[in-house]
Amino acid sequence: MTASRPFFVAEKLHKRFGDQVVLESISLSFDEGTVSGIMGPNGAGKSTCFNVLTGLHKPDRGRVIFDGEDITGLSPEAIARKGISRSFQIMNLFDEFTAIENIMVALPQVRSGLSRLFWDTRGDSAVMDEAREVLGRVGLAGREQVRAGDLPYGQRRALEIGVALAAKPRIVFLDEPTQGLGSEGRARLAELIANLQRSYTLVIIEHDMTFLFGLAQKISVIHWGQVIAQGTPQELMANEWVRASDLGKVA
Amino acid sequence: MLTSSSGAPIVTQPMLAFFAVLFTFPLWAEAAGLYHYLGVEIAIFIIYALGYNLLLGYAGLPSFGHGAFFGIGAYSYGLWQFGPLPGVFLGLAAAIAGAALAAGLVALFLSHRRGIYFALMTIAFGQIFWFLSIRLRGITGGEDGLLNILRPKLNVGWFSVNLSSNATVYYGVAILLTILIVLLWRLVHSPFGTALQAIRMNEMRARFAGYRVWLIKWTVFTLSGAIAGMAGALLALTQESAYPDVMSLHASGFVVMMTLIGGGFVSFWGPVVGALVFILARDVLGAATETWLLWYGLLFMVVMLVEPEGVVGVWLKLQARLKRLGPQPKPAEGKVSL
Repeated sequence: MTASRPFFVAEKLHKRFGDQVVLESISLSFDEGTVSGIMGPNGAGKSTCFNVLTGLHKPDRGRVIFDGEDITGLSPEAIARKGISRSFQIMNLFDEFTAIENIMVALPQVRSGLSRLFWDTRGDSAVMDEAREVLGRVGLAGREQVRAGDLPYGQRRALEIGVALAAKPRIVFLDEPTQGLGSEGRARLAELIANLQRSYTLVIIEHDMTFLFGLAQKISVIHWGQVIAQGTPQELMANEWVRASDLGKVA
Repeated sequence: MLTSSSGAPIVTQPMLAFFAVLFTFPLWAEAAGLYHYLGVEIAIFIIYALGYNLLLGYAGLPSFGHGAFFGIGAYSYGLWQFGPLPGVFLGLAAAIAGAALAAGLVALFLSHRRGIYFALMTIAFGQIFWFLSIRLRGITGGEDGLLNILRPKLNVGWFSVNLSSNATVYYGVAILLTILIVLLWRLVHSPFGTALQAIRMNEMRARFAGYRVWLIKWTVFTLSGAIAGMAGALLALTQESAYPDVMSLHASGFVVMMTLIGGGFVSFWGPVVGALVFILARDVLGAATETWLLWYGLLFMVVMLVEPEGVVGVWLKLQARLKRLGPQPKPAEGKVSL
């Protein structure tokens, strides 16, 4: 493999809220075309880390580089426009829109058509076909006209991923996509993500190690706001923290 | 029928029905016990409420100081008529520009706010403008207002229309309302309208989908203020005067009540129905008792308790029920168009 320019890099990120240090010199890198995992106990700083990477919080120190460009401290909308997409730990949809409208509104061509007064996107078959195709990709074909708020939980989680994909992202951050799902739902979601990894660069925060170990090529373990271990799933099996947790049951 | 680039109608059936009522009103108004001036007032408040609903119903941004822009429109129109180039169109343009300028400035402070902070700041700004309208006596006439704003002749090309009768003014306002409805219907069905609704439902998600939320909020606030200014100018034209009371907090509350009682959250037509109900209630209740506002307030509370989606909300529910009872439900055509 040739040494190429790193795709997405976080360098020594620091973040504190008041006198609480949440991230302490976190460095991460994600390669194009791979699935990366971020793991760690509750309150370890995983979500804050995502929030810094995607623009919700500015880091106090450190840099975020995406495809050679410094995007540190940019606004969420500016970061999204660079092709960085994300889902949220807590459900985050446009509940009164139908499933297909949720996708439609996230399509970049709709977003950049705000001044087109005479464009009715709901009546534009090119737009709606594309939205339908994205829905199909996350397993929601046939659910187009259901209000997002009326979808069952598992389908809402899938729709969230669909909204993130609709932006035609170059990298997708998924924050605990299995949150609140039962074992069946997790299995379905794992299958969905396994399918997506052929076409997307993914970074996933996850508690569920079984889930993550089956999907990710590289995993970083965050604890006390620091990266305490990094490597392939196999390498991590040997890690002290991972061993101390309930991974034994998995392996 | 006229259609947009992607085939959606530009003029819909409910619109045609509404325009038919709008333009025949002077013919049957007196037979129905109404009068032309009332029609003018209703049409003006429909314009005001439609513009307001862009903010409240579509973007979910509650402004409680919108009377300020209505008032600025009225004063701008009046002051323009005292200037060197009096005229209806220029006066309207001045009113729209003045209100847009004020709203645009206010929106700079508001567009990064939401919820209660947004609402409180609209009250604060509204009070500032109201206060100025009373204190700047030299410009606004203070509490007495601007009086004797004569109705100029309306010059359209070679024609000159005399606006001395309320029926003529009514047709002028109706034409503006027609244009506004067609444009606003397009706006709310365009990507911009979709973005407004997305912001109402989930501002954070909209930002992470790449929408410049603050800019969209700034734009819709300014636009809504400009429309309020146009409505204010039309009232000044009709009443031949402009008063500070339209800018007060409770006058600003009226447009909120109109929009809510009509059903601005569930339908484009909510504010139209709401303005109609409000002005008619004022006239009917007002004829019966001086304390009409008390009864209207009670009516408002009952509607909000029983049916928070307003008059149009009730209508939509009845329609849905009829559809279920009907023998052959029509095939789904995507969105409810009403």
